[in-house]
Amino acid sequence: MAGDMGTPLKHVRGLGPAKSGTGHFWRQRLTAVANVPLTIAFVLIAVGLLGRNHAAVVQILGSPLIAVIMLLFIMSVTTHMRIGMQVIIEDYVHDEGRKLFLLMANTFFAVAVGLASAFAILMLSFKV
Amino acid sequence: MAETKAPAERPLSPHLFIYKPTLTMTMSIVHRITGAGLYFGTLLLAWWLIAAASSPNAYAGVGSFMSSFVGRLILFGYTWALMHHMLGGIRHLIWDTGRGFGPHEREWLTVASLVGSISLTVVIWIVGYLFMGGPR
Repeated sequence: MAGDMGTPLKHVRGLGPAKSGTGHFWRQRLTAVANVPLTIAFVLIAVGLLGRNHAAVVQILGSPLIAVIMLLFIMSVTTHMRIGMQVIIEDYVHDEGRKLFLLMANTFFAVAVGLASAFAILMLSFKV
Repeated sequence: MAETKAPAERPLSPHLFIYKPTLTMTMSIVHRITGAGLYFGTLLLAWWLIAAASSPNAYAGVGSFMSSFVGRLILFGYTWALMHHMLGGIRHLIWDTGRGFGPHEREWLTVASLVGSISLTVVIWIVGYLFMGGPR
């Protein structure tokens, strides 16, 4: 077996596998906690917008408080779902090439959905 | 050159399928399935928001899809998946603290998240229809 693969700098900084690599685990739980109140708020907003005409929807979604809640919801949810889908891919896809492709596609999807949704909210806020 | 021998018939370690399905096991799988469903469901959210930001016509297009039978079915499923994943997530957060693993507690928590998600979904839709006029 190969010996210690760590660099001297890593030793100085005290970094090791046990001290890093929990980033995803932690972020998944952080966003999970954030998602609870944000999801409740989102459902209330969505139900409140049912049956309203376009002008009213634009007005409500673009108002500062609602827009900020929606932006937080979008940010937290897309981060959470990207990590979650990554775990699913890593669990079931074992072909290296296919896994790499799907992991990239996963990030592209999450970023695209998040950015598109956030951009729409900003457009509504600034009435562009 | 010697022929490649077929791998010896060694006993394999038992996987999930050897166990009798339990409620917590099933709900763990459902948590993952609802998560994956919500993942693709965000396309609806993005579509809805972009349409609202684009034009009254685009927004009306989303509205007519959402109020169609298929649209309502998808939205109903989305509502349940969202509520179920949220309550299942809270259950997992409780378990993360090391609590709720007793034989009675873990079953109770799991049943509560299922009953809770169905109830919340029904309540949200009743509120949607009664007080807001339902999806139009």
